[in-house]
Amino acid sequence: MSDWLHSEDQPKGAYVFRLYIAGGAPNSVRAFANLYAICRTHFPESHRIEVIDVLKEPLRALEEAVLVTPTVVKVSPLPELLIIGDLSNEEEVLRALGLPQKEIK
Amino acid sequence: MNERKIPQLLEKISSGIEGFDDITFGGLPTGRTTLLMGGPGSGKTVLALQTLVSASSHQDTPGIFVAFEENARRVSANGEAFGWDMCELEKKDIYFVDACLRSDVVKAGAFDLTGLLAALEAKAAGMGARLIVFDAIDVLLSLLNDPPAECRELYRLHEWLILHKLTGILTMKVEEGRTAAPTRYGFLPFMADCTVLLTQRVADRVAARTIRVLKYRGSPHVLNEVPFVIGPAGVEVGSSNGVHPEPQPFDDKVSTGIERLDAMLAGGIFRGTNALVTGSSGGGKSSLAGAFIEAACLRDERALFISFDENSRDIVRDLATMSINLAPYLDSGLLRMESMRTEAASSEEHFMNIKRMIVDHHPQCVAIDPLSALARVGGGLAARAVAERLIYLCRNKGITVLFTSLLEGSDPHLETTTLHVSTISDSWIQISYALLDGERNRALSIIKSRGSKHSNQLRELIFSDSGITLADPYTAGGEVLMGTLRMEKETAVYMEKGNGQ
Repeated sequence: MSDWLHSEDQPKGAYVFRLYIAGGAPNSVRAFANLYAICRTHFPESHRIEVIDVLKEPLRALEEAVLVTPTVVKVSPLPELLIIGDLSNEEEVLRALGLPQKEIK
Repeated sequence: MNERKIPQLLEKISSGIEGFDDITFGGLPTGRTTLLMGGPGSGKTVLALQTLVSASSHQDTPGIFVAFEENARRVSANGEAFGWDMCELEKKDIYFVDACLRSDVVKAGAFDLTGLLAALEAKAAGMGARLIVFDAIDVLLSLLNDPPAECRELYRLHEWLILHKLTGILTMKVEEGRTAAPTRYGFLPFMADCTVLLTQRVADRVAARTIRVLKYRGSPHVLNEVPFVIGPAGVEVGSSNGVHPEPQPFDDKVSTGIERLDAMLAGGIFRGTNALVTGSSGGGKSSLAGAFIEAACLRDERALFISFDENSRDIVRDLATMSINLAPYLDSGLLRMESMRTEAASSEEHFMNIKRMIVDHHPQCVAIDPLSALARVGGGLAARAVAERLIYLCRNKGITVLFTSLLEGSDPHLETTTLHVSTISDSWIQISYALLDGERNRALSIIKSRGSKHSNQLRELIFSDSGITLADPYTAGGEVLMGTLRMEKETAVYMEKGNGQ
């Protein structure tokens, strides 16, 4: 699995994330910044982030069983992964995504 | 005229549970937060759901149920099992939110409830919901796993409820045996306007549930711990706040089914009162109960015969040998007989079952044989309270009751009952054994009969093929003659009369 993740021939747009935020709430803003940074670092060519503002689309959150904000769903590649929080714990995020963690200097 | 300001009473939502509304003087506070605390399996979810069902189906108050722990579909299915029409309610009036987080969720940083509350707000506005249940709020809090954040989110929730004028019910687990919220949630009972504690205890190997209102801002409430059961129709709380109207007493009398006993009681016992029949084992208490019930049926009154640890069919057969025929009334439905197993339930559950039978069958006369069976399960104190409530229940409904109680102990003069119900009984009939001249005969006496003249004689009680009766009193040397001695005396008197003619 992890071999495949690091192969050179990754199809474009393979990493699709859905980020549920609550307007401009500080932790929502942080979550977006952190997710964007992780994507830029690890899959610069092949990611897509869909942002859903729960304050604007409240019923969608209920339908998609999103309880807390911010919530990130990794839609593809499968399996789906659910991460809650502002992603400030980067190590946890990288481990969940199966990415190499930063070396401790 | 001066217009006096009438204080604004707290608006309340009825829980739909008579006893619960009694102890909270009307139900839960509208537009405020109620906290239900209890150990696992203590009935928090059922109570919350039942309130929601009642509010949405009878009080035009649609609501939302947010399930943090149990699967929402299962919660709904449980409601269906209690006979609540969840399918119909879910079309319009109740919305379930499945808020169980997947077990594989990854937590990476700070988060809050803003999203969920925004979503609920939209949903509540859309369907007009005014009541929201957050079931197992502790599960959500444990996800945060950070005391300041937990406190912050609970206050966010609380303020959100107030802002949108929503009535909130939060349920929360506490460890078994605890009477307060865990220390880290110590602020919760302060935050909530009404806090209710549900407990489950085992006494004498019989489990019993109790409920207690710990606090209720701006409203009176019953302070005591009150028993409750989860029956086939949901939660039933077994108490009242004592503010029920006093029933109007009746002036007419009801026959005991034994002509001569009626005569001793100056016509029988007053309608709507109760009679206690005590005696030791084999004294004939059940037969007296049978006679009372047959008399009720003969007057075309609905009757209920409750017995413990004896089959109804056996009772009918045994009574038939004394010409007390209950079978035809059983067939016609005028009489309902129920046989209960003492050990099968706590005294509280027995009470609820009896209460349900009374409500279903609406009898005018009830016999409970023996009431003392209740004392055998679940502790004397609880059983005594149940016996008293049973008596008050019947009194309030204007039902005439005959209940029997076993007298135990070696001293026949110690006239006490295990449940100490003799003090609240209106009439008390005692059956004892008179040991005289090598015979054991049954003797009946009336110890008391409130508000009515009654005989003070000790009479011999006779069971025969033709029925139950009391012998004429004959005394000799200061003793009441019974059995053979009485028959000898009777014969002698008869002969005398015969000679005289």
